[in-house]
Amino acid sequence: MSKEKLCIFRNLFYNIRMRTLDTSVISDCVYRLAGKAGITLTPACLAALERAKKSETGAAHFALDTLLRNAGTAQENHMPACQDTGMAVVLLELGQDVHLTGMPLADAVNDGVRRAYADGYFRKSICDPLTRVNTGDNTPAHLHTEIVPGERVNVTFLPKGFGSENMSRLYMLTPSEGRAGIVNAIVETVRLAGSRPCPPVYVGVGIGGAFDSCAFLAKKALTRDVGTRNARTDVASIEEEALEKINALGIGAQGFGGRVTALGVACEIAPTHIAGLPVAVNIQCHCIRCEKESL
Amino acid sequence: MKQLHLPLSAEETQRLRAGDGVLLSGVIYTARDCAHRRLFELLDAGKDLPVDLKTTYLYYAGPCPAPAGKACGSCGPTTSARMNAFAPRLLDLGLPGMIGKGEMSEETRQALVRNKRVYFAAIGGAGAQYAQAIKRADLVAFPDLLSEAIYRMEVEDFPAVVAIDSAGNSVYDR
Repeated sequence: MSKEKLCIFRNLFYNIRMRTLDTSVISDCVYRLAGKAGITLTPACLAALERAKKSETGAAHFALDTLLRNAGTAQENHMPACQDTGMAVVLLELGQDVHLTGMPLADAVNDGVRRAYADGYFRKSICDPLTRVNTGDNTPAHLHTEIVPGERVNVTFLPKGFGSENMSRLYMLTPSEGRAGIVNAIVETVRLAGSRPCPPVYVGVGIGGAFDSCAFLAKKALTRDVGTRNARTDVASIEEEALEKINALGIGAQGFGGRVTALGVACEIAPTHIAGLPVAVNIQCHCIRCEKESL
Repeated sequence: MKQLHLPLSAEETQRLRAGDGVLLSGVIYTARDCAHRRLFELLDAGKDLPVDLKTTYLYYAGPCPAPAGKACGSCGPTTSARMNAFAPRLLDLGLPGMIGKGEMSEETRQALVRNKRVYFAAIGGAGAQYAQAIKRADLVAFPDLLSEAIYRMEVEDFPAVVAIDSAGNSVYDR
């Protein structure tokens, strides 16, 4: 069989099994996820806050108790748990066998965000960095698209508050600084942040990649349920050691002092260059909101 | 929890100690980054301010829009450290106190001591809970700033912790 004929057969084969999806379906999905995420803490977050409350006394206990009651109040009143309903971070895993139709993908995502933030009475927090003029509808969303095998579209919505985002850091370590350097970078970031990012925090860490991809790994780590461990045991051991050292800092809930300064540390790893060891530390406050759906 | 009615007398203010849990009732005004910048532009130009600094407890916050039937949307505190650039001058001009979250600078602490004022910490992230304590919210200035505008709020039993007291003790000292 000639090469051309093979191509025709291949295309025919793929065209037949190619799934068509109108981007309005993705827009509606973003709308649902954003609407829920604005008012709902993840079950893993609630469980971690409950555990933290049991181990604290005094002002830190009061803070954690208030936060748990706040989570209930948010549900009952259908109102954002935190007024910082965040920058709309949308992670799309797009199956390569999906053919998208309808409005452009970014427009569809922004449309979902726009509607969810209006209907939910969420705060619109996105502005021009220089003029500080608010865009008025919380768009544009911070959209990451990854092409993956298959014909599913996985949507993750992470409303990212900036009190914690402001405390994040990127380190370009040298290879010789190694594992100890990574742990130090994570602990130092949380120590320098102190009471400012609304502790107890959730710490997302990117290890490896390059200047930009490392930071994205850190953000992606925050979409994991708090308390989960990386499948690689050497990475998981960094998560565990960093968490222990962070909680030894004594910053505590809201910086009032206590045993629980972080609810968890999640590291994601990617190959890097022989000359470098990038480490990105992305701080998430205790108000962990993250919703996912597979289309 | 100590029940306090704003404005506080000088004696009441100076009796407060870092770490005290309090329930605040009275009038507070929201202002965050952009509103502070606007206030400073007016001060620098020698113009009148839209609020009387001497009676204004500032709440570092930017609320969510109010849903039907509510005085205010979700409205917890924002990070106070960003207001370190403004707080000392406002305190020296007579500001009676601030409410926010997290530690503030040494300069702000000194200004609190110098003027015998307190800084309260609300619980960051408890926006829905604070919305219940806000009984009335009126737009006072800078409507173009949307959630960053200055709102006058009447609050009842608004939970907070004395973060830095008038003697300079801080709940964040470790």
